[in-house]
Amino acid sequence: MAITRGFTGRRKDRDPRLPPGQYDSGRDWPVLNAEPTPRLHTDRWTFTIEGLVAEPATWTWDQIQALPRSRYEGAIHCVTTWSRFDTTFDGVSVDTLLESVELDPDAAYVMATSHTGYTTNLPLEDVTDGKAWVVWDADGAPLTPEHGGPARLLVPHLYFWKSAKWVSGLRIMAEDEQGFWERNGYHDRGDPWLEQRYQGD
Amino acid sequence: MPSWQTATVVDVRRETPSAKTLRLRLPTVSAHVAGQYYVLRLTADDGYTASRDYSVASVPGSDTIDLTVELLPGGEVSGFLHDVVEVGDELEVRGPIGGWFAWDGSAPALGVAGGSGVVPLMSMLRLSRERTTAPFRLLVSARRPADLYYADELTGPEVSVAYTRQTPPGYGRAAGRLVAEDLAGLLTPDQTVYVCGTPPFCDHATDLLQSAGVDASRIRAERFGPS
Repeated sequence: MAITRGFTGRRKDRDPRLPPGQYDSGRDWPVLNAEPTPRLHTDRWTFTIEGLVAEPATWTWDQIQALPRSRYEGAIHCVTTWSRFDTTFDGVSVDTLLESVELDPDAAYVMATSHTGYTTNLPLEDVTDGKAWVVWDADGAPLTPEHGGPARLLVPHLYFWKSAKWVSGLRIMAEDEQGFWERNGYHDRGDPWLEQRYQGD
Repeated sequence: MPSWQTATVVDVRRETPSAKTLRLRLPTVSAHVAGQYYVLRLTADDGYTASRDYSVASVPGSDTIDLTVELLPGGEVSGFLHDVVEVGDELEVRGPIGGWFAWDGSAPALGVAGGSGVVPLMSMLRLSRERTTAPFRLLVSARRPADLYYADELTGPEVSVAYTRQTPPGYGRAAGRLVAEDLAGLLTPDQTVYVCGTPPFCDHATDLLQSAGVDASRIRAERFGPS
């Protein structure tokens, strides 16, 4: 890597919780999505787990709200280089949702889907064991439409495009398939600590 | 995904009081499609790096690319690019990136830009002028005349400019944010619409477009954040 003439940067302020190449956005929470923000109504909202399962399972808004709650408090990291610390999300753990289905022994990947048609692929092990949630509150208030409300996926240990806004379900797969941004050049896994931003990183 | 390459700054041009265009010479011809962007990386002598994404404003097919950089308050990278970089410097870039917000010229398109969001749409406008393409129209929103990027090129029947705070003397449209009438005459049924600007601008523009009957599936938005 070539040194840039005259560049010193701002390391002295650097928070050790920041992955490489990220900066602290403070309390700003930038919005990035590739499609118009949809207005979804909770009376028609559903979340479905399908694919390599013995029987698909679907929850209505009221049904998913009745499940045991789970909270995440910590950082989120966007591939466009901002990170936001001390964000609180409330919802339900994906582990709790997966308890309702019987996974096929070949299950190894999931495709998260959105009510807009957005998709993103993840290894099954990245959404189990307390690593992923379906959330509807952020910092104590209902998730707004621009941040994915009424509910989004939350996979905070990966870049935030994996945390599908307006999530509609998980499709369980044996083989990895690429989702929307992954087909458009982004990495299949997206670990911010390994700077897996783009295909080939 | 392309690897890092070293580009040389061959020109620096001021667009507005807060925006500069850097023209970079690449080792090879840029393979970008209009609308795509490059990642630009700065490296300090101890290995510390900072990188940001910048849209290409110039047309494909050249070994130079124009990146227009808005100076952001306290911006670690934009401040360096504005205050320190000069012709002859070498900068690392990687790209092109982005297969979604991209127009190859084969089908009709409309661009709707707010402020610095005009940069990737400028690549599309220039492409439509320099090559044989399907029709491209552009609607640009800027605060004041002094804030309009590429002002000397934003003329002609295919371009409309709306000012939100202050207009030139005698301008035919009052200052104000985009309204439904601004879209009148610009929409055709077969267009893809590319919307680029801040998140509030994009939300406002996509709401207007959908109210005007444009299906969400034909709208592609790129939201510029404070990065």
